[in-house]
Amino acid sequence: MQTFMLILAVGALILIGFQVGHRRSVAIVGGKASQLHSLPGYHGFYIALWCAIPALMVMAAWLVMEPILLDSAVMASLPAEFTASKTDAQLSLILNDIRNIAAGNIASERSEVTVLAAQRYAEWKQTSLIARVIVVLAVAAAAIVYARRRIHPGLRARNAVENVIKTLMILCSLIAILTTVGIVLSLLFESGRFFEKVPFTDFLFGIEWSPQTALRKDQVGSSGAFGAIPLFGGTFLISFIALCVAVPIGLMTAIYMAEYASRKIRSAVKPVVEILAGVPTVVYGFFAALTVAPLFRDTGAVFGIGISSESALAAGVVMGIMIIPFVSSLSDDVINAVPQSMRDGSYGLGATRSETIRKVVLPAALPGIVGGVLLAASRAIGETMIVVMAAGLAANLTANPFEAVSTVTVQVVTLLVGDQEFDSAKTLAAFALGLVLFCITLLLNVIALHVVRKYREQYE
Amino acid sequence: MSTEQRPVPTPTIGIPLMTDGTPKVAARNVNVYYGDKHAIRDVSMDISQREVTAFIGPSGCGKSTFLRCLNRMNDTIDICRIDGRIAIDDQDIYDRKMDVVQLRALVGMVFQKPNPFPKSIFENIAYGPRIHGLVDHKSDLDQLVQSSLERAGLWKEVKDRLDQPGTGLSGGQQQRLCIARAIAVQPEIILMDEPCSALDPIATSIVEDLIDELRASYTIVIVTHSMSQAARVSQKTAFFHLGDLVEFDETEKLFTNPQEQRTQDYVTGRFG
Repeated sequence: MQTFMLILAVGALILIGFQVGHRRSVAIVGGKASQLHSLPGYHGFYIALWCAIPALMVMAAWLVMEPILLDSAVMASLPAEFTASKTDAQLSLILNDIRNIAAGNIASERSEVTVLAAQRYAEWKQTSLIARVIVVLAVAAAAIVYARRRIHPGLRARNAVENVIKTLMILCSLIAILTTVGIVLSLLFESGRFFEKVPFTDFLFGIEWSPQTALRKDQVGSSGAFGAIPLFGGTFLISFIALCVAVPIGLMTAIYMAEYASRKIRSAVKPVVEILAGVPTVVYGFFAALTVAPLFRDTGAVFGIGISSESALAAGVVMGIMIIPFVSSLSDDVINAVPQSMRDGSYGLGATRSETIRKVVLPAALPGIVGGVLLAASRAIGETMIVVMAAGLAANLTANPFEAVSTVTVQVVTLLVGDQEFDSAKTLAAFALGLVLFCITLLLNVIALHVVRKYREQYE
Repeated sequence: MSTEQRPVPTPTIGIPLMTDGTPKVAARNVNVYYGDKHAIRDVSMDISQREVTAFIGPSGCGKSTFLRCLNRMNDTIDICRIDGRIAIDDQDIYDRKMDVVQLRALVGMVFQKPNPFPKSIFENIAYGPRIHGLVDHKSDLDQLVQSSLERAGLWKEVKDRLDQPGTGLSGGQQQRLCIARAIAVQPEIILMDEPCSALDPIATSIVEDLIDELRASYTIVIVTHSMSQAARVSQKTAFFHLGDLVEFDETEKLFTNPQEQRTQDYVTGRFG
């Protein structure tokens, strides 16, 4: 809370700094802003940035360093005879107690020593808070004064401000990249621990998935088989069904919209189709589980086909509907990108509209369409919610779409939901599954991007 | 275009209608509208067989629009409306019974920008014969592709790389490929919409020589912005201005002795 107030105060100073810079720059040339190298606004930003960056950096450093310094100071202040015989683990427990007492929470153990230390802790913390407010505000104010002095007509405030903004944008993009790298590293790291327990080949080529491991030696029924083939089989089966639904429907939609629909219909239909992509997947999930799956089961019963109420078919069909917009929207774009001159050339030779579409437009747009389909496929493979709700948990290795199957994503969910021990193969298996899944979708995305890029070069 | 200034189209000067023989194409009182815009105003003209007829005029004068009426390419534009009569070999091409597919097989077209399909050179030529079912055997198709490329003067340059993409040829070769593609469906009339405007002078001169050779077998109508090109390749020239066919005569006469003030101003470069 205090930190929040402090940030507000710094924010106010930044606004003041902007005003100071603006006015100073105008005043220094006697109101003739045209004599300035940069617009007065840039001078305002110049001081605002001078004010913001050092103050916020000091504040951040303070927030990081304060607990570390405070902890070590408190521990150092404890009587030597009290700490001498304690192990590191016990010391960290004592530190926890001190913090809890200082904050007024319940501590596991209250002794005279810890209560006294807690008082010191609270006192120092208060001092640190006050000092922090003073230092940060002083830095901000000093920066305003300093930067104000630097303002002169020739000051390249615009260049300076733009450089800072450019740096800021680089930092923002770094955040996304570093996060991705971090996720990949954590996947690799935990998967490595998993493969210490379960051989890599057993995992990748095993055909039985039964991740229950025994907690105690005398437990029964816990085979602990980690063969991922049934899961990937289920994933590909459902994705295949989804693509069988999405590709023809999506492609037909795209052709209709790009080639046949009038402008009016197109502007009405396209957003509606794209709404499909905006439906939360959990809604698709219960649509699949509660509406489509029973429908298939009952329909199957009429024809004497046994369709289980959690079937790959139901999950796949609903997932296919979900990814229609991916296929149709991207295909629509690439079909529209085929130059009109191609169509004119074909019409000019006496081809009908459907001949032109089949023989000229679609072949020309094919790489782009393939790219769109691959993107949709990687979406289908990574999809979780629909399969969790509609495809079941039984890791059957089957190609029969009427049976229940389980997918990689479903198993990752079940492995990690609830309380877990992080040293068992069962939990770590989730990371290995995640890693393989990541590799597959990455590969698909790379292929898709490559194909799409190749297509782009064709007409330019 | 300010059609409001001249509510009545001026009658065409020169010899728009043939006095002897039968025309290949006969247009009578043709009007074209794009929505509210009156793009072609009451044009009547005869185009004679096995000759090159050039359409000239400033941009927006309607010459391309009129050209595209001759194979009904304007059908693909929703807001376009045409009235009047255009007959090829005395057959009304806007008649209900007329099949657009057959019409366009009869009237080939070459466009301003070379537009080969992103297929192989062979497939570019074979496209038309295939959709019209002109050949029964693969060997006939090979023969037709070869003869079309030969007629377009491209065979020697591409005979060793028929399986390579047509888009990989140079601009002039691409345009000749498009001409070969049009020839392959064995048309009687070839429409060319500024076929050399995207080509360099050397490629232009090759294409012009080709047009001159093709005249022996086909009726050719060419739209061009280059008056020297019209003078070089055509036997008759039509001058369009603001949707009117102002003057239509023997090319030599139109360029050396134009009867209309506007024609004279245009061919001498005083406007346009």
